[in-house]
Amino acid sequence: MKPLENLIVLDFSQFLSAPSAALRLADLGANVIKIERPETGDICRTLYISNCKIDGDSSLFHAINRNKDGITLDLKDINSKTILEKLIQKADIMILNFRPGVSQKLGIDYEHVLTLNPSIIYGEITGYGYTGPWKDLPGQDLLVQSLSGLTWLNGNQDQSPLPFGLSIADMCAGQHLVQGILSALIQREKTKEPSYVQANLLESLLDIQFEVFTTYLNNGYQTPKRSKINNANAYIDAPYGIYETADGYLALAMVSIPYLGTLIGCTKLTNYIDSTKLSEQRDEIKQILADYLKNNTTKHWLSILEPADIWCADVYTWDKLLSSEGFQSLNMIQTVKRKNGTKLLTTRCPITIDGQYFISEKAAPDLGQNNHDYLDL
Amino acid sequence: MKPLNGIIVLDFSQFLAGPSAALRLADLGARVIKIERPGSGDGSRQMKLHNLCSDGDSVLFQTINRNKESYCADLKNPNDFEKIKKLIQKADVMIENFRPGVMKKIGLDYEEVKKINPSIVYGTVTGYGSVGPWVKKPGQDLLVQSLSGLTWLNGNQDQPPTPFALSVADSYTGIHLAEGILACLFRRFTTKTGGYVEVSLLESIIDMQFEVLTTYLNDGHQAPIRSKFNNAHAYLSAPYGIYETSNGYIALAMGSITDLGSYLNSDILQSFTCKEDWFKRRDEIKEILSKILVTDTTQHWLHLLQSHNYWCSDVLSWNQLLAQDSFQSLEFLQTIKRPNGHSFITSRCPISFNFEHLFSSKWAPVLGEDTEKINYEFQL
Repeated sequence: MKPLENLIVLDFSQFLSAPSAALRLADLGANVIKIERPETGDICRTLYISNCKIDGDSSLFHAINRNKDGITLDLKDINSKTILEKLIQKADIMILNFRPGVSQKLGIDYEHVLTLNPSIIYGEITGYGYTGPWKDLPGQDLLVQSLSGLTWLNGNQDQSPLPFGLSIADMCAGQHLVQGILSALIQREKTKEPSYVQANLLESLLDIQFEVFTTYLNNGYQTPKRSKINNANAYIDAPYGIYETADGYLALAMVSIPYLGTLIGCTKLTNYIDSTKLSEQRDEIKQILADYLKNNTTKHWLSILEPADIWCADVYTWDKLLSSEGFQSLNMIQTVKRKNGTKLLTTRCPITIDGQYFISEKAAPDLGQNNHDYLDL
Repeated sequence: MKPLNGIIVLDFSQFLAGPSAALRLADLGARVIKIERPGSGDGSRQMKLHNLCSDGDSVLFQTINRNKESYCADLKNPNDFEKIKKLIQKADVMIENFRPGVMKKIGLDYEEVKKINPSIVYGTVTGYGSVGPWVKKPGQDLLVQSLSGLTWLNGNQDQPPTPFALSVADSYTGIHLAEGILACLFRRFTTKTGGYVEVSLLESIIDMQFEVLTTYLNDGHQAPIRSKFNNAHAYLSAPYGIYETSNGYIALAMGSITDLGSYLNSDILQSFTCKEDWFKRRDEIKEILSKILVTDTTQHWLHLLQSHNYWCSDVLSWNQLLAQDSFQSLEFLQTIKRPNGHSFITSRCPISFNFEHLFSSKWAPVLGEDTEKINYEFQL
């Protein structure tokens, strides 16, 4: 049995953060009904990247909204009200990411929903929480990254602040919301009580920095210093980073510097024996190593380091990853299909339970595809 | 009352991925008992960032393991092993992140544990899953990032592959592990049996790329191309990125180039009327924009662009962030104090329930701090 079988989720959200939470609940077994406005729907439908349009919708929309049913409702139209209320009465969970105040206007704020369904789990994602002067600002991923301090950790020291090249705030907030919703469901089994669960992009992004952020809070607020070369973590000593070789790249994690020097025959490195100085010597060690590793191939270095159990790896592109046996044995890619036969490839849920992958052929809904299934209730 | 009150978690894991999942369960109300080997305990007790240590344990360890208890047991000692089996009978969840095969050797793999306690939810973290040729590879964050293709999305086009400068694979895997465990705890109300949850660093870091990877899988496997300037997302059009100003930086998210051109009084930008060019000629546009934005201050541009509701923001350091009213009103920091007075400041759980934050004053335990108490309480 899938863990969330028989639960009904109403997903009123758009873009990535909250819809990705609804996707996870769907993969874990819930019945997710995506509610979109007529005609345009989720704006993500037309957010094409790489000119990748599949059966009228963007690849992003497909990736984020597979395994959901889709209905259209004009929440501002009084005629929709009866249907909406019936749906809310049947639902276990609602997910929203409107700007503050919008849910009140639409009559789907928590207080009102409780009058219809006193045991609802109501999940919401905002940009910056529900108090303070930023609460009404647009909760957009890059903007939150920029405010969170994270951009000063990424890239090399001589670079401008560099954001992570993915919508990581959206994704973390989405998954934190899932954690909150699942906890609230567990509590509801015992107490029958509803819950209002909230996550926000800023806190989620600070949470993902919690290790180094806490270091900063307790070392006298010293500004993090990115590595001058091959930065991979502002707080970790050499050799931590990705190095160029004669024919590609090599990733090196934590390892004793003199030992590494001995193994690869770089005598200069064998002098770095005082571990208390390693922090300040980080960049000079990395420079010596960078100059040295260029002289031979990735394969050569791996053939020396791997047998010695040194934490190292090749650096793959997606092409290389996909052709590797290590990736293929994970069965991470699945095919999803629309009713009209359109097929596309995407990744599956990364969680395995009782040895079973969560795989579902159900593609992202066409706009209003399931109106007949739900609107005639 | 917190949502997971009454749940007992045995945390056999070390370092970040497993222990961070256990920390989340603790903050959500569970009682988490760390099972550690006598003498040294969790390897991260001595793993210091910036040599930062407090009361004998690294601040890093205390950050990840606050709100837990510590029970010492040598799993190879038959006497201790029997005690752990008894403890498992009382537990709801256990978490481990040993290399594949180790728990089986010890006799505490899921098959064995299920016999002792059929309703337990058993969570396992690996580097690369439980099958295939990479099973024995070290599951370390940077190495997994490097194999996952992610490093080709980050940094500028002329840079080598650039990893995300945090242990994102570990953290994201920990999040997924907590989700799987919570889902099984919920299912247990219906099935009355536990479950076996498996996550791996590689699957989780691939999941983090699911949007763009799906695009790649369906666009004929076109390799992602990072922006030459101010890269922030290989797949998004100009102006997406962070730009230098005369006194700092400004971040610009998605928006119309022609609108931007009119707000900035730039005829060249306004001439980019074809939307497709915003992606195709991304670097050209970004370079033009860079030259304009560097001529005035961040405040000037923010004031101008925000008045048109254009998506933009300042770029803050932690120092600047901490000084903001908005940050302070989140009440995101908490001070954790050991009974002997040693304290440190850290962040709280990022999830709120019914407008209440989840704080916890419970410190990170000294190695074996709770062994005697737990022996007595559970009559081990």
